[in-house]
Amino acid sequence: MSVTQAELHEFEQQADHWFAENKPATPDFILPETFMEVGTDQQFEYLRDWQNKVYEAGYVGMAWPKEFGGGGMDQVFQDIATRAMAKHRVPFLPNTIGLNWAGPLILHMGTQAEKQKYIKGILSAEDIWCQGFSEPDHGSDLGSAQCRAVKDGDEYIVNGSKIWTSLGSYAKYMILLARTATGGPNKYAGLSFFLAPMDAAGVEPRPIKKLTGEYGFCQTFFNDARIPASSLMGKEGEGWKVAMATLTFERGAVGGQAGGLSMMDLSINDIVELARRAKRNGRPAIEDPHVRGQLVDLITESRSNALMATRSNVPALASDWPTSVSMSGKLRSSELKRRMCQFAISLQGANGARYVSRDAVDGGMWQRSYLNAFSGTIGGGTSQIQHNIIGERVLGLPK
Amino acid sequence: MAAIEFSEEQSMLLETAADFCRTHSPIDAVRIQIEQEHSTTPELWQAMADLGWLGVTIPEQYGGLGMSLADAVPIVESMGRHLMGSPYVATTLAAQALITSGNEEQKTHWLSEIAAGAPASLALTEEDGNWRLQEITATATANGDALTLAGSKCFVLDATQAKVVVASVMLDGVARLVLIQADQIPSGALAREVVIDETRRSYTLQLDGISVPQSQLLDGADFVALEQAAMLLLVAEMSGGLAGVLHVIIDYLTTRKQFDQYIGSYQSLKHPTVQILLSMEACRSHLYHAATLMAAGDAEAAEEAVRMAKAQGSEAFAFAGDRAVQFHGGFGFTYECDAQLYLRRALWCQYQFGDAAYHRELLAPLLLDAAV
Repeated sequence: MSVTQAELHEFEQQADHWFAENKPATPDFILPETFMEVGTDQQFEYLRDWQNKVYEAGYVGMAWPKEFGGGGMDQVFQDIATRAMAKHRVPFLPNTIGLNWAGPLILHMGTQAEKQKYIKGILSAEDIWCQGFSEPDHGSDLGSAQCRAVKDGDEYIVNGSKIWTSLGSYAKYMILLARTATGGPNKYAGLSFFLAPMDAAGVEPRPIKKLTGEYGFCQTFFNDARIPASSLMGKEGEGWKVAMATLTFERGAVGGQAGGLSMMDLSINDIVELARRAKRNGRPAIEDPHVRGQLVDLITESRSNALMATRSNVPALASDWPTSVSMSGKLRSSELKRRMCQFAISLQGANGARYVSRDAVDGGMWQRSYLNAFSGTIGGGTSQIQHNIIGERVLGLPK
Repeated sequence: MAAIEFSEEQSMLLETAADFCRTHSPIDAVRIQIEQEHSTTPELWQAMADLGWLGVTIPEQYGGLGMSLADAVPIVESMGRHLMGSPYVATTLAAQALITSGNEEQKTHWLSEIAAGAPASLALTEEDGNWRLQEITATATANGDALTLAGSKCFVLDATQAKVVVASVMLDGVARLVLIQADQIPSGALAREVVIDETRRSYTLQLDGISVPQSQLLDGADFVALEQAAMLLLVAEMSGGLAGVLHVIIDYLTTRKQFDQYIGSYQSLKHPTVQILLSMEACRSHLYHAATLMAAGDAEAAEEAVRMAKAQGSEAFAFAGDRAVQFHGGFGFTYECDAQLYLRRALWCQYQFGDAAYHRELLAPLLLDAAV
């Protein structure tokens, strides 16, 4: 597919114009920063309407196949549209699991029927997706999943529970990792992967109160829930392979995501700007030499990550450990974000001790962001597990 | 412009240099060279000249390849990867001084000599260790057609091999650059310094008693370009060194057993090793970003990028060297363990041309006080 510079330029202007014109008004409630923090119907509907509008205008799923509801265009167009979204700081697209993990997975290894059934609803946000991987007793150790699925005719009967199911109360489908057999050669052998309907009888998502005091996650209970056997993805017992493929999308190690923003972008410039406004002992924080040194470090690290994102364009500069950059994306960005938020609070003098309220600096968003930032450093495999994964798979260190 | 541009030529240079340094600078050869008088052998130096490396940054009309400093980066990075000592960096920087500040006659003579294989060096730093290149006390005084030099310079690399040294001196209250030929340096004016990186050959140059013709004063005095070039090549060495020391660490972590386990399975060693890996990739990204901007002639953006690279790389390499020694346990405490070679190299690189704190301080106004 050849695209001319002129076409790209024209499209860039068109997208820029559309997002400038259609950016929704700031609501009178605080918006969540990621899909993991959607806690009220009001927040959910606002974001779902926005995704639907973006889809109708053709700015998400642009590179997904046309026959299933995508745009059938070159990825370069989607990248331009996504940059326009970032530039205009529009809200993120809430169907994150569908757009970035489940959707690419279905396109990558699903059947024609599965693509037909699910892809369009993912893009339009009509069908919200959630993820059922982690369990209360097995945080980052997915292979030990105990949630049981037993085949019964043309159904599976599911019992057990999944935790950290973001958007669980709004989701129509769940990507579910469940145990269909025990006593196999290893713990991974008996796992199967389902595209499970959430409206099946016996499926009950219960909201969990987070450390911020807000709701945003669910624990989803399965009590003799009956899901159709046709919701099995791939073969029974091969769920681990499918789950690992999903994680490569989740960690951003491979492309194929639908595009668009998946979180409210926190840029280092926001912190610099805060440092100009926030006062420490009567003076702007940015005048404090210690603060300046820390800001320079954070900007440098932020630049490292931005440059790292372009390294895949320069294969000749791959190091002796060629997967290090792609495998470490989540670890680097989530840890940087956590430290940026932590630092933002330190700029506020005694007001650093406030929380979400009128008197707090910026309404307390920095404190809330910091507490929420742990979702990035814990979810999808904790930073500690990420270190193990990179150490073992990239550097070849022993388990 | 792309954040990182890496040309076909750079790619080929990287491949050739990686192969050359791997072949000619295994760690045993590095240790043998440490015991010798010079930082490299005449045969290796000739081989580098034959590959055209000495002329990479030198314009074609002076016998070079007419490429940019960014093209020397893959070469220096590969040398750093294998701790290969040589006057290459000093020579390339002296050539940069001539390219940016020399007149036609000076360039014609000396750049051609360098491209043909003459080692050269720089004499910028002084006894007080000040990194600000124009805050110096050595002087030049006009005396008819001659300049009489006084004072002394430190960290003059490979000075006994250099055919010419570019020295900074105050002339009429302004910092300038002057060429000193090898035959103008009296015996006894060069004294070997004891430095932490034993692969280096570093000297103090006593200027008192040296007199050179006025024609050896460089017309310009572009200390900004010179500092940027020096930082860039040091970061290249650090980037390569980070990869080198990471291999040393991984080799030990995957072969050494304690309490019946490979020590690499312990998370207290595994996790910092991953941090070193990520800091190495960050260093490499900053390095080639800075090289891209310098090659494009964007001096302001290049200054920001190269200072960031020097700040980040200095701390990353020093941390990696420090951990490499620690992770080798008792063996790490011995001279025989290769970890110390990298740690000593890292300390040299950290403290030449500004450490992390110095560059952070200079970056602050560039990054924080720009108009909003």
